[in-house]
Amino acid sequence: MSDLAPDTILSVRDLRTWFKSRRVIAKAVDGVTFDLKRGQTLAVVGESGSGKSVTSLSIMGLLSPPGGIESGEVLFRDSKGVVHDLARASAREFRRLRGKEIAMIFQEPMTSLNPLYTVGDQIGEMIALHERMSHAEARRRALEMLRHVEIPDAANRLDDYPHQMSGGMRQRVMIAMALACNPSLLIADEPTTALDVTIQSQILDLLRRLQDQFGMSILFITHNLGVVAEIAQDVVVMYSGRVVEHAPVVPLFRKQKHPYTQGLLACTPNAARDLSASGERKALYSIPGSVPPITALPPGCAFAPRCRYAIDACSSIPPQLEAVGDHHLSRCLRSAEL
Amino acid sequence: MLRAALNRLIGMLTVMAIVVTIVFVIVRVTPGDPAAVMLGPDATAADVEALRQRLGLDGTILQQFVSYVGGILRGDLGQSIFLGQPVTTALWLRAEPTFFLTIFSLAIATTVALPIGIASAYWRGSWFDQATTTLAMFAASVPSFWLGLVFIQTFAVGLGWFPTSGYGGPYSSLGERLFHLALPATTLGIVSSALIMRFTRASMLDVLNDDYVRTARSKGMSEWRVVIRHALKNALIPILTVLGLTAALLISGAIVTETVFALPGIGNLIVSAVLRRDYPVIQGALLIVAGLYVLVNFLIDMLYLLVDPRVRY
Repeated sequence: MSDLAPDTILSVRDLRTWFKSRRVIAKAVDGVTFDLKRGQTLAVVGESGSGKSVTSLSIMGLLSPPGGIESGEVLFRDSKGVVHDLARASAREFRRLRGKEIAMIFQEPMTSLNPLYTVGDQIGEMIALHERMSHAEARRRALEMLRHVEIPDAANRLDDYPHQMSGGMRQRVMIAMALACNPSLLIADEPTTALDVTIQSQILDLLRRLQDQFGMSILFITHNLGVVAEIAQDVVVMYSGRVVEHAPVVPLFRKQKHPYTQGLLACTPNAARDLSASGERKALYSIPGSVPPITALPPGCAFAPRCRYAIDACSSIPPQLEAVGDHHLSRCLRSAEL
Repeated sequence: MLRAALNRLIGMLTVMAIVVTIVFVIVRVTPGDPAAVMLGPDATAADVEALRQRLGLDGTILQQFVSYVGGILRGDLGQSIFLGQPVTTALWLRAEPTFFLTIFSLAIATTVALPIGIASAYWRGSWFDQATTTLAMFAASVPSFWLGLVFIQTFAVGLGWFPTSGYGGPYSSLGERLFHLALPATTLGIVSSALIMRFTRASMLDVLNDDYVRTARSKGMSEWRVVIRHALKNALIPILTVLGLTAALLISGAIVTETVFALPGIGNLIVSAVLRRDYPVIQGALLIVAGLYVLVNFLIDMLYLLVDPRVRY
């Protein structure tokens, strides 16, 4: 097993996750590499179908057939300092790591909790699975977690069923459950996408505060660059299963080196920019076309058909991920000119 | 919970009142005079009149209805014409085989169908799934009388393991009587397991793709726990409905099976009553069967309340 820098908690190296059927191979994740440093937040950004969620499911070992890891390494350092390769971990190893070392929250708070058990039971179950604790202690810990995620009147909500709570409350419960065993890595797969804007920012605030308090690292999956600016130190932009740009958050927002990232940023609504004092609205930019099907990628750059900077070479030469600045990588033939 | 039960109870009584009325009306709209029909063309006018009185068919419609409902409330369903005993007694004497047959065949169907349904959903598309799907199709389409005859031929006549038919002698012990149910219960169990199996599979397939099942996996528990505690409990909600309907169907007399195995049960009683136009028995059996249907539905509704916190009546 390759070595892992001591301050790195997760290192995804050349990960390929493919969905194979009899006739076609869908390369949902095709050679993705990134590192996540302890206590930091890495955002993985991309449209639907870019492979960002498959990346997170690969790390968790939650892929279901026909999806599977084809090659690559997913090195993870647990709280005792032991390094695991999650791309090759056994079901047993995963059972011990999931929940205890790596926890996950999902996009759909409305359906991610089991409707038949109280939230107290579901948080308590997480604790009972990984800690030697009496039922009463687990319940006390569950209550404590509900207070950590700032659910008002927590003692009375412990015996509520999910359907008695709003989406924002349920996402708080999910977070409480995820953090109940103090994991060193939290994977958040679009945790705010299904929520109202005001609730979104509350949840982001909460996650930031809990990160200070619990010290976990966060892998944050989102399609919203606005959210990235709020929470991440490092950003990976994915397109068609590949990383197209990778940079720390400040340089990335200052100067995008890949046309796709530029496009994504231009697509983010911004009232101050788009609405003039006289009330005129600028048309919101949108990237023309749509993500190509993963089974029929063009031979050159996957983004070339939608790219306004595309030249002839783009449709034939596959670009490589290259350094374009300090810790700044871009997969574009014309990065230097942008 | 109590309030919900009360609500359902009121609904149940309403249904029963409607059933009682319908049963009353059916006998009255039968063409001709039921008493004359029953006694045949050779009966004297005095005989017919006597039977009319016994059936409560004299007096105005309203008077008849009042005495009929009054009888039911007192637990009096009238007198059987051919059996020489009250309808309630006739039903009661034949309740035991049907009751145990229902319990056993349901138990067999459930213990076979639930695990297979769960497993074939979990390993969908595998050889196991395909094999059990074929088996279920076979079980669903095989006629119970044929399966019953095959069982009798093989296990009773051929191997001599089980009695061929009947419910033991009048003085046989409970154990002996129940032993007579082995083949009929297996027959019915296999036939009704097909539906339960298919339903369990479909319901589990639905649930296994649900988000909370993925959440359960992400918590680091065994697959067994994911499937049983998180998936099955949710899948059980529609399965309960099928179980209830199957139970009700079995209670109303597995008529064919009881006939094949010559079991003196409710189904057998209904068949002979229909053949002999024993109206009071038909009426009484209709009421009891409808009542059991309603009762089973009530119990299923109560089970919903226990399983699913979102259900409110």
